[in-house]
Amino acid sequence: MPSRSNVGIVIVSHSRKVAEGAADMVRQMVGDSVPLATAGGNADGGLGTDVASIMTAIDHAWSESGVAILVDLGGAETNSEMAVEMMPEERRDRIVICNAPIVEGAVMAATEASGGSPLAVVRATAEELASA
Amino acid sequence: MDAALQKKLILSMANAMISHAEELTALDQAIGDGDHGLNMKRGFENVLEHVDATAAKPLPEALKAIGMALVMKVGGASGPLYGTLFMSLGKEIPPQPSLDDAARALGAAIEAVKARGKSDFGQKTMLDVLGPVHAAIADGASDLASTLPVIAAEAAEATAPLKAIRGRASFLGDRSIGHVDPGARSSALLVSAICSNFGV
Repeated sequence: MPSRSNVGIVIVSHSRKVAEGAADMVRQMVGDSVPLATAGGNADGGLGTDVASIMTAIDHAWSESGVAILVDLGGAETNSEMAVEMMPEERRDRIVICNAPIVEGAVMAATEASGGSPLAVVRATAEELASA
Repeated sequence: MDAALQKKLILSMANAMISHAEELTALDQAIGDGDHGLNMKRGFENVLEHVDATAAKPLPEALKAIGMALVMKVGGASGPLYGTLFMSLGKEIPPQPSLDDAARALGAAIEAVKARGKSDFGQKTMLDVLGPVHAAIADGASDLASTLPVIAAEAAEATAPLKAIRGRASFLGDRSIGHVDPGARSSALLVSAICSNFGV
């Protein structure tokens, strides 16, 4: 069982295969030490993103320490923002969307989270990649 | 607003999106990822499934229900953008709106769409249609039912020479120039569909 005290990671891609592939890489790095979930593709199984599946993924990866979301293209970000706003109010402040490349960001965020770092640190670690 | 009129409005909007799905998809194939028509069709088909229940709600709740259906079913970026538009309208409009109420609610909803899409006027988006439509309503222009569809259609056409700053089309840079924005076109179609229920 993943440690529910570590920050959870959600990977949101337009492609289900990209989301699952990125999750595979995260698992190889950190095993099951962080809660991890993916939302990939649209409701019809094609390319796209979907608010409902993002909300489900946040639920699956939920940790009391919060959840960091990694996204690929614009619609993934917009849909993730919408999903966060539709979560219960007491959870919203503990969910962040990282401005980071999806694969590297997910791996770096998860590695940081596996050491028990708080959400702000997990996010900052992922976002260091954006300015590099 | 009564349930019969609300039902007619919903049917008009849904039929417009469903019957123009291929056109919207063709526009989106030129500068986006080619799914706008299909996405809007899927969203409004879901709205149609619940049309009687939605039409029976007070106007604010009906608009929120439409917005929620679009968020959950449209997907892509247009789901949250149109969802935000309808949900904000529902939040701002009274059950029996005057034209002033409608103008105020649309103005607030446009601000919400701007925030959702981190976008503004002139960036080749649905906002470039909603802005002029809002201005015409706020100015209290006469004969809105016949003038708004023209204003909206012309505003959609006017997105063609613009360069996309937001969304997938922005990846194309200068190559986005010369194509009508699919979101602007779908907004114009919705405006026209709504207006077809009013006036003479």
